[in-house]
Amino acid sequence: MYTGINMSQIFVLDQDQAKDFYVNTLGLEVANDLDLGFMRWLTVCVPGQKGRDILLEKPGPPAMDAKTTETVRELVTKGATGFTLGLTTDNIQKTFETLKARSVEFTQEPTTHFYGTDIGIRDPFGNNIRIVQLAEVMGTPHLDPPAMIKS
Amino acid sequence: MSKAVEELNRRMLRARDAIDRAYSHPLDIPNLAEIACVSEAHFIRTFRATFGETPHRYLQRRRVERAMFKLTETERSITDICLDVGFNSLGSFSRTFRDVVGVTPTEYRERAEVKAVPSCFTMAYMRPSSFGEARSSNGT
Repeated sequence: MYTGINMSQIFVLDQDQAKDFYVNTLGLEVANDLDLGFMRWLTVCVPGQKGRDILLEKPGPPAMDAKTTETVRELVTKGATGFTLGLTTDNIQKTFETLKARSVEFTQEPTTHFYGTDIGIRDPFGNNIRIVQLAEVMGTPHLDPPAMIKS
Repeated sequence: MSKAVEELNRRMLRARDAIDRAYSHPLDIPNLAEIACVSEAHFIRTFRATFGETPHRYLQRRRVERAMFKLTETERSITDICLDVGFNSLGSFSRTFRDVVGVTPTEYRERAEVKAVPSCFTMAYMRPSSFGEARSSNGT
């Protein structure tokens, strides 16, 4: 029925600041940055993976009323938006050091688990981003940890 | 909400992340207040207003969550786990664990089933909801 995921979304409080962070700090690239008139369509993707875009959406009217906008902004700044984004890397230590040199805020430094080694960071607004180097078992990444445990 | 409130939330979140990272260390209010750019006198009250509980209680739940994880996922002794997660004495560890979870660490380990999920989820979702309330919701 489905062929893939082409778009996901993160609420950001300022799109210029978001673009700077997600591109210059995190290392993603701009997929689209269009002024649609009624909104700025700003999407980023892993370099070379256009077609799996993340919409950096600014909450606000007319899509939502002022009170709701306030609530959404409050949730973002309190870190209550949950697991916002998960990225994979082939070298977690190098990624960690690169991001550390760029003064990224870490929620977790490299930690090894059965599924791989990961780090946690915050974007400038409070969103939670996880980056993992998946462990390899028989040459295949752990894409389905519970199934892996059973076998 | 004013820009000032959003910025305060964000700074308090930065301090809360520091508590999560350094859960095995004693709560360092002067340092946390500095991270959040608020005065020491205001830090605890502001933390509570932002996240609904005191930093001390937030830390205790973090420690108990880590202890729950280690009790089920490792074979470390209860004394070692107590020290690993930042308690100074077995007495205060057992008491806090029991207050939060409703059973002793030993009982918890005996009852536990292995849960194979990433630890960022156990941190968020296995963290016991509160002191006392957990007992009634578990029906124990």
